[in-house]
Amino acid sequence: MTQKNRLSWMIGGPQGSGINASAEVFAKACSRAGLHVFANIEYHSNIMGKHSFYRVRVSEEPIRSHQDSADILVALDQETLAGDGDHRRWATHYGHLVDVAQGGGVVYDSEIAFDPKLSGRDDLRFYPVPFLEIIAAALGEVGKGDQARRYEIMKNTVGLGASLALCDYPFDLVAQVILDGFKGKRAEVGQLNVRAAKLAFDHVRTHFGEDFPYTLKPHGRPKARLLAKGYEVHAIAKLRAGCAFQTYYPISPATDESVFLEQNQRDFNLLVVQCEDEIASINMAVGAAHMGVRASTATSGPGFALMVEGIGLAAITEAPGPVLVMYQRGGPSTGLPTRQEQADLQFVLHPAHGDFPHVVVAPGDHHECFEDTFSAFNWAERFQLPVIVLSDKMLASSLATIDELKLLDGTIDRGERYGENGTHEYLRYALTPDGISARSRPGLRGGQFWATSDEHDPDGHITEGVEMRTTMMRKRMGKLDSVAEYIPSARKLALHGPEGADLTVVGWGSTKGAILDALAVLEEDGASVNFLQIRLMRPFPAREVSEILGRAKRTVAIEENYGGQLAQLIQEHTGARIDERILKYDGRPFSEDEVVTSLRRVLAGEKALAVMTHVR
Amino acid sequence: MSVDVKRTVKDFKSDLPNDWCPGCGDFGILSSIQMAFASLKLDPDRIAVFSGVGCSGKTPHYLKTYGFHTLHGRVLPVATGARLVNSGVTVLAVGGDGDGYGIGAGYFVNSGRRNVDFAYIVFNNSVYGLTKGQASPTLAKGKKTKSMPEQSIQDGINPIAMAIASGYTFIARGYALDPKHLSMLIARAIEHRGSALLDVLQTCPTYNDLYTKEWYDGAGLPEKRSRLYKMEDTGFDGVVKDPTDHEENIAKKAAAVVKSYETDPIPIGVYYQIALPTYEDMLVQRIPALAERPLVEQDLFQRDVTPLLEAMR
Repeated sequence: MTQKNRLSWMIGGPQGSGINASAEVFAKACSRAGLHVFANIEYHSNIMGKHSFYRVRVSEEPIRSHQDSADILVALDQETLAGDGDHRRWATHYGHLVDVAQGGGVVYDSEIAFDPKLSGRDDLRFYPVPFLEIIAAALGEVGKGDQARRYEIMKNTVGLGASLALCDYPFDLVAQVILDGFKGKRAEVGQLNVRAAKLAFDHVRTHFGEDFPYTLKPHGRPKARLLAKGYEVHAIAKLRAGCAFQTYYPISPATDESVFLEQNQRDFNLLVVQCEDEIASINMAVGAAHMGVRASTATSGPGFALMVEGIGLAAITEAPGPVLVMYQRGGPSTGLPTRQEQADLQFVLHPAHGDFPHVVVAPGDHHECFEDTFSAFNWAERFQLPVIVLSDKMLASSLATIDELKLLDGTIDRGERYGENGTHEYLRYALTPDGISARSRPGLRGGQFWATSDEHDPDGHITEGVEMRTTMMRKRMGKLDSVAEYIPSARKLALHGPEGADLTVVGWGSTKGAILDALAVLEEDGASVNFLQIRLMRPFPAREVSEILGRAKRTVAIEENYGGQLAQLIQEHTGARIDERILKYDGRPFSEDEVVTSLRRVLAGEKALAVMTHVR
Repeated sequence: MSVDVKRTVKDFKSDLPNDWCPGCGDFGILSSIQMAFASLKLDPDRIAVFSGVGCSGKTPHYLKTYGFHTLHGRVLPVATGARLVNSGVTVLAVGGDGDGYGIGAGYFVNSGRRNVDFAYIVFNNSVYGLTKGQASPTLAKGKKTKSMPEQSIQDGINPIAMAIASGYTFIARGYALDPKHLSMLIARAIEHRGSALLDVLQTCPTYNDLYTKEWYDGAGLPEKRSRLYKMEDTGFDGVVKDPTDHEENIAKKAAAVVKSYETDPIPIGVYYQIALPTYEDMLVQRIPALAERPLVEQDLFQRDVTPLLEAMR
């Protein structure tokens, strides 16, 4: 029995069975009731049939990651309980019973051939529920009782309704979220789902008594929060920043952002173009930026691999953008299309041939996704270079509660622009002390210029002269110093936790949530651990990182890649070697528990390694 | 966009010294572009010329307009992105045949699907000039220029037929050394609303000793005649009169494709033209505000995203 007002809930089923719908309904019902929510999905690169599962973690306290153990598991199919070892030569997973917390509850469809006695978990409470019978009963109320098979998709709602009984959560809060999801002509379907969920809720109450393992209560004083996925936050930041033009080529897990913007383009006058490939995407965005609007694109590793020449083009022509949100997934090549990895840091830092300036920033949570994407447009225009916001699958698809006011921050900085009233000759690439020349755009009176992918003179015509080549290289590369001066230290990195800790964790990107949550657990252990989060990757805050690492007693990098790409980057820029590395490249994000267990080993003086709970 | 002022070719000449080979066919195309701009009385501040990479890629530098010398094969995506955010500017794209039909073939085809309003001039000389004369995608099988170590063992593509299949709404072919005719075609391509392909047969005196001025003039033929003829002189009319008439459209497309396979003499002039809604027209249906002013002139900053946030509650 948990003492605190918190719960980890999990639903598993085949793709296409709607587990995301019920998980997101539950998440929203909790968010509306003032609870903090962190929810994330694991799914195959597949449309129908393969196993997927969704975790929803809820708490009265702030939470930023998922846990390995679920208090309640809802299983829509056999595979969720037992894994796929029975029909695959090499099992993908072994089922989620192992993930259920001591004494936890398992709701499953009683049609599944499953014997709890053989589960090996006599500590769990099992709740077989006749999903289809309940759907038939709900349909029966509107005279469609014989059509249950056609409404099998409602099983996820039945599972949700049944599980609510186990944690005693107010049913009405959930019912309202379901109804809100079915507007207009579909309102009837919403009613049907509420009926099915309620019947399931009542079924559990009636058949399994009143002794339930958990109690989850709405917050006493609900605070209005938003529940958003990372890709939505990236998209909203683009809208707030005044992005006019977004290009994309479909690719997981980046597509969602572009489709979200496309769905809203009419209301916000944001033009979204679906391109023939990523080479077209980046080059259209460069063309739009050249024409003077805030332009952006979004992609993942395989797409970015095609885009690289466009990054070089934007850099040498000093285009004011584009902003590129790069959603990492498991690589190399097609790799793990729908899974998590942080293995593209070194790639986005070195995307194209030659030396050129660009900015790379890696947000660590939803709020930072907003800040960094919003600022990226300011940096792109002010310093006239491409900016990469390095996100990932974990951030893109996880749902988190965020303080809405923080989403509205931000001022617009368009940098120095050519004014049509100029009296002397305009030179697009005029040499200036800080390397920044006022930018014009086609269509302006007297602002004519040439842009070229070749090396060029201040007027933009091609040159191969040694003097001008050297000067122009210094002009462009020197902008990175200006960027470094301009971006406040707090946006470059953060030291979380106590100064002078015994152990300093070094990390970046979406592992922030799991690391912070783990630090809180370790603090209860009495351990002294802090966390250096590096956010600005280029220009790299070498001085600040050196200072912090210089004071650190012992360091350990936590990253989701094979070699420790941030640790390598730190060593490259500061000479400091990170003592230990906890590395994971299984395509899954670190859970709080994995970070806790892995760090406990390091604290105990054992060899650092990522302790992965799913590996047996 | 045209203003009631006198424009001359000089208004469109930049003062940059030209570094093309002496006698290059590109000179004929460059002056034809300048003549077309002057004849249309375009405002140089409201023209944006985009180019790919190669000898032809330098064209914008010789024009006194806004110029963007982009990447090899990517001129159309860059020009498309630029055009879509600023429909107040005339967009001209130029590039070589290797650039457009080889490395840029995917963009050539997909641009035809969109019908964005730009004119695209391909300098077609059957060789890669700036890398010293390798076979380009338009060189036919069995041909060998003096710059090639071996004859080509792959066939050339037919850009006119490819443009028809891709959906270009204006398709023409000109000859670099006939500036009067060529400038007329360029002006028509610019005036056309939609994607216009103008394939220009261009001589490369340095590397292509097959398709020289003399060859086009008829050298080696038993009778005295040119290897080119103007389709309009024979009464050919590729313009679709009624764009809603499917049968007429198909017939005109088929006639253009048939014409495009004539090799001796080679037809020049307008193969096909149809007035269809442009991509920009279609965008106005999605984003009505585009009818009022182009994106580049809209204030889109600090948008009110309240409705989106409400949905997240």
